[in-house]
Amino acid sequence: MSPCQLTAYTATSCLGQGLAAHRDALLADHSGLAPCTFETVRLDTWVGEVPGVDAVVLPPSLAAYDCRNNRLAALGLETDGFGDRVREAITRHGRDRVGVFMGTSTSGILQTELAYRRRDPVSGALPPDFDYRHTHNSFSLADYVRAHFGLEGMALVISTACSSSAKVFAAAARQLALGRIDAAVVGGVDSLCLTTLYGFASLGLTSARPCRPCDIERDGISIGEAAAFALLERTGDTRTAGTVLLEGVGESSDAYHMSSPHPEGLGARLAMEAALRSAGLQAGDIGYINLHGTATPANDAAEGRAVADLFAGRVPCSSTKGATGHTLGAAGGLEAVLCAMALTEGLLPGSPGTERLDPALPVDVVRRTRPGALRHVLSNSFGFGGSNCALVLGVVA
Amino acid sequence: MSAASGRSQASSHRSPEGEVSPEHSVTDRSPQTVWIEGIGLIAPGLPDWPTARAVLRGEQAHTPAPSVLPAPALLPSAERRRASRVVKLALAAGLEAVTHAGADASTLTTVFTASGADGHNCHALCEQLASDDRQISPTRFHNSVHNAAAGYWGIATRSMAPCQVLCAYDASFGAGLIDAVAQVVLERQPVLLVAYDSEYPEPLHAARDTPDAGAVALLLTPEAGPRSLASLRWHSDSAAPDRLTESSLESLRQQIPALRALPLLRALACGQAASVCLEYLPPMQLRIEVQPC
Repeated sequence: MSPCQLTAYTATSCLGQGLAAHRDALLADHSGLAPCTFETVRLDTWVGEVPGVDAVVLPPSLAAYDCRNNRLAALGLETDGFGDRVREAITRHGRDRVGVFMGTSTSGILQTELAYRRRDPVSGALPPDFDYRHTHNSFSLADYVRAHFGLEGMALVISTACSSSAKVFAAAARQLALGRIDAAVVGGVDSLCLTTLYGFASLGLTSARPCRPCDIERDGISIGEAAAFALLERTGDTRTAGTVLLEGVGESSDAYHMSSPHPEGLGARLAMEAALRSAGLQAGDIGYINLHGTATPANDAAEGRAVADLFAGRVPCSSTKGATGHTLGAAGGLEAVLCAMALTEGLLPGSPGTERLDPALPVDVVRRTRPGALRHVLSNSFGFGGSNCALVLGVVA
Repeated sequence: MSAASGRSQASSHRSPEGEVSPEHSVTDRSPQTVWIEGIGLIAPGLPDWPTARAVLRGEQAHTPAPSVLPAPALLPSAERRRASRVVKLALAAGLEAVTHAGADASTLTTVFTASGADGHNCHALCEQLASDDRQISPTRFHNSVHNAAAGYWGIATRSMAPCQVLCAYDASFGAGLIDAVAQVVLERQPVLLVAYDSEYPEPLHAARDTPDAGAVALLLTPEAGPRSLASLRWHSDSAAPDRLTESSLESLRQQIPALRALPLLRALACGQAASVCLEYLPPMQLRIEVQPC
């Protein structure tokens, strides 16, 4: 593919609001996970909750969109000056030439979960203030972002569970390559809700401790929430040193099981190979891999096998989910931003929570964040339904 | 800068098709034309494409009736019995288009697009999460993801090719078409587009009143071939979207997001060159130029 540049990017997660908070947390090998006290949830699990989301107030003209997920989106969009960079791009290109490509798994479903507690005792009707379209519906997130910036062009949500906000980079890159748009606001937002907390618990996939990616005793995920965004544009002929590039994308399907990965990581491997091919790079060109690394026994085993097969165990890798939790539909976007930070700051993120590496995983896990000059990195995201996506990002020397 | 001045300035050096002037670096300057080789359709009173084709050509009256969702022939028998309405809907429409084109589903890249997921499953989960017993079923949970139907398609066809699962509320068909065309043009591979929507039960039905299940599937290819039915290319437009003259069909177009494609399907049914405007995301609509083969 022809590379796109990340003109701006930002992240908000349990590690904090903005890039500086994430850099500081990574450098300190800090985790934002805490025992779950979210809403009325009574589960023995840890979560990565973003503080202050309930206090966010949407602009009055966008009040119909009010729900936890869009509050988190609004918080994230106006962090690190990201919103201003988008508005500058709109001035450069026009309101109909900036597309919106968002990933989410559950959007504002919490709003419906809460509304179901307030049904009319006689008719069963939902309360009159409930607004399905602007909160619950998956598109609500992209619609909110489009309305937030007053955009008039194309917009979509990709909802492929935990690969959603990696795949939006690929979808946006396609439209940029074809000249259908001149810039894209891409990213992912997922927020805590009862469906995912009780749902992953029902599958036995949540840990009672902070998650431990690649650990021999890993026993499940810690659910997190996040808003991560990037502004993508085609690269000009002159590339400024330090600019982060989206260099390759690879997508595949497991075609195996709804909620378990292919045991040999075949789909994961296909996605990584496609991403390298798309970037015109060899495995040896990659300096760091941000693993999907959910810390379930099955995911890390399958992914570890695929990474070992393709990279011969020689590329440093880590999962940052011990720091942020598994932010589900926001994970691909969040981890792309962490990769951009790794490239520009010259650091290899560590793996908080990991104590004893699983010797059955023949991969080189970065335990503690360390300095390292990087040119190209790869980020993996895999989702339910066997949806796989790998991104290759690089930095202009 | 106002929206209007931003737009006029930005569009001054652009062709209607969205290609940009030489000062921009764009890898693909092809006309972005794709060909349609197969069509699948399920809608109220329209059980398949041959029926819909006859109705859209005016050869047969549209008799409103509940959508018929065949058991998914692609799935093993146990899964077939358990399949939900949206899974049956998406798999049947997709399979009809693949069969029509004589394509091999096991190698196909897919784009699924839906305004919502499984409404009945969603209702059951929300009801249980509002009760004293929140221990939801793991099967209900994994079937709640927006990409459940796409996941079952992948398992059934064994296709490991890329699969998108999109949502753009009422604009979901247009969003799917835009991405599917882009993949066909850039990858030079066939892509199966499946747009489908189904209903919510009460009380959600009062908040989202999609009346029944409906789906449109198109098998798109990068080159004309012996099975090509028509070519298709799109550009953005701000005109009013086309409507259908027959009121029962126009109701379907308005009520079921996948059926926003009906003006395009009417042009395909009639086998005539046409320029149709499909409702997308106001103020942006999709102007589609159709040329029969």
